[in-house]
Amino acid sequence: MRKDIFVLVEHRKGEIRDITFELLTKARNMVQTGGFVYAIVLAKNGDNFIEKLKSEAHRILCIENEKLEHFHSDYYQQVLGSIITDRKPLLTLFGQTSYTMDIAPSLAVQLDLPIVMGCIEFEIGDDKIFTINQVYGGKIHTRFSFPSKNGGIISIQPGTFTAEQGDLSAEIERITFSFEEITNKKFIQFVEAVAGEIDITQAEKIVAIGRGIKEKDNLQIIEDFAESIGAVVACSRPIVDAGWLPKERQVGSSGKTVKPKLYIALGISGDFQHLIGMRNADTIIAVNKDPNAPIFGIADYGIVDDLLKIVPALKKKIMEKCEARSA
Amino acid sequence: MNSIVCIKRVPDTTSATLKIDAENRKLDDGNLVFSINEADNYALEEALLLQEEFGGEITLISVGPKECDDIIRMGLAKGATRGIRITPDNLYKLDPYAIANLIAEQIKELEYDLIFTGCMANDDNFGQLGVTLAGLLNIPHISLAVKIQANEDYAIIDRELEGGLMEQFNIKFPAVITIQTGINEPRYASIFGIKRASKKEIRFVENISAQGIKVHTEKMYLPPPGDTAEIFTGNPEETAEKVYEILKTKGLI
Repeated sequence: MRKDIFVLVEHRKGEIRDITFELLTKARNMVQTGGFVYAIVLAKNGDNFIEKLKSEAHRILCIENEKLEHFHSDYYQQVLGSIITDRKPLLTLFGQTSYTMDIAPSLAVQLDLPIVMGCIEFEIGDDKIFTINQVYGGKIHTRFSFPSKNGGIISIQPGTFTAEQGDLSAEIERITFSFEEITNKKFIQFVEAVAGEIDITQAEKIVAIGRGIKEKDNLQIIEDFAESIGAVVACSRPIVDAGWLPKERQVGSSGKTVKPKLYIALGISGDFQHLIGMRNADTIIAVNKDPNAPIFGIADYGIVDDLLKIVPALKKKIMEKCEARSA
Repeated sequence: MNSIVCIKRVPDTTSATLKIDAENRKLDDGNLVFSINEADNYALEEALLLQEEFGGEITLISVGPKECDDIIRMGLAKGATRGIRITPDNLYKLDPYAIANLIAEQIKELEYDLIFTGCMANDDNFGQLGVTLAGLLNIPHISLAVKIQANEDYAIIDRELEGGLMEQFNIKFPAVITIQTGINEPRYASIFGIKRASKKEIRFVENISAQGIKVHTEKMYLPPPGDTAEIFTGNPEETAEKVYEILKTKGLI
């Protein structure tokens, strides 16, 4: 019977990404008696990675090849497809990341395996795997299932589980693999986003805006308010997509991760991708018209109202008090 | 250059109070407003931009109820050539694999250079369709595209990674590209376009049953109430006072 859990080690520019340690921690907690947690290292040179993973898994499978220097979903798929077919794990775990989104679905097709992406939890039943996913912007949860007989693939939202240091001593196995040359897709280079004038990751206070701002013209109200408390203005993805603020002001998984003393979220509903970028702020205040917005689940204080009513009132209050204090 | 664009009809749930149907299997969506999935709208725009540059036809394809015709018509009004709407009998039991299967079956007969999808749907958040489709059709793919520089038979594409980083690939056609939001500025349909769209063909694929469902929905439920914010009530003047007190107490102003 299948019992092992495989975890793909995600790395970029020589560093293992946090999600890998989160997944390995979860895998150690979930693996059943007789099963092993495998860390799968695909790299040009895996030594540094192996060193950091020794305590985290029962076994490390390492495949080294020039072709694995940068992430390439097709080369990854070739080798993952082969080892999953040979070794028949119960589950292969990925993080819900940009790499995974490029490989897991087509790997599942190749292996004819069930796949659920973007889970926040999973359970191993007698003959089924169950997952829980956040749907409709986090307002609803769905419980999915698939038969576990042939194994399956799951991807998990980064930040869902807390990484803990393992105390294992992994057995290391190096495999050679001969790749089929991929000619229709080639990695060219990394492209860095243009650095802006303001680095929101360094800010102590952030006023962040989302869809609730409605119109670009309302930005000035926010800028004025932010200035009155000495904060910088950041935003959620839709504001950048609309071209109202530059990319470097975006908070969230595809933007910046911030940890300010104060984070005021205005008109941001708080989907998973945004929350992961700001949930470690010391104090979070949220203003949103929707009482069910997921942002209230993470905020310390909330106001259920239109930000365009609250912000001017707040600015007025702060100006009054400051004047009173300095008078 | 011929493109296929997969589009999905999704409800706007950002400020709605959601209910679940009696069987706990799907959203009770009677009172919700539906439109084209946000990323799919950007995908359609990308196909339209390529059509303007290189010519060719655009086929829209959507799996869903008959109301999907609205988003297909809107796409036709913007300049797509034709539409296909697939409505299987077991529509509400489909997983992304089964949906991709249905689309792949219809695509087989078409000539195409590129297949576009949105990178993720706002309802289920899976982000699987495009890359699953590429697997089924055995053609290369790029997901999460944020910039496309296309030529006749290949493109240089930037795809988005975490933290503002991107990686660039060269990909040969035919290929599947999943589009991230913000890549372009989706246009609005013109009145002229809307008139012309009424004469364009939408083909309906019905009375079929989707095959290959691997993942089943056990139930949907409202998330259990967890830790939640302390909510300030009152008029803006009163709530502002409370926020001010918090900021002052914590030394934030």
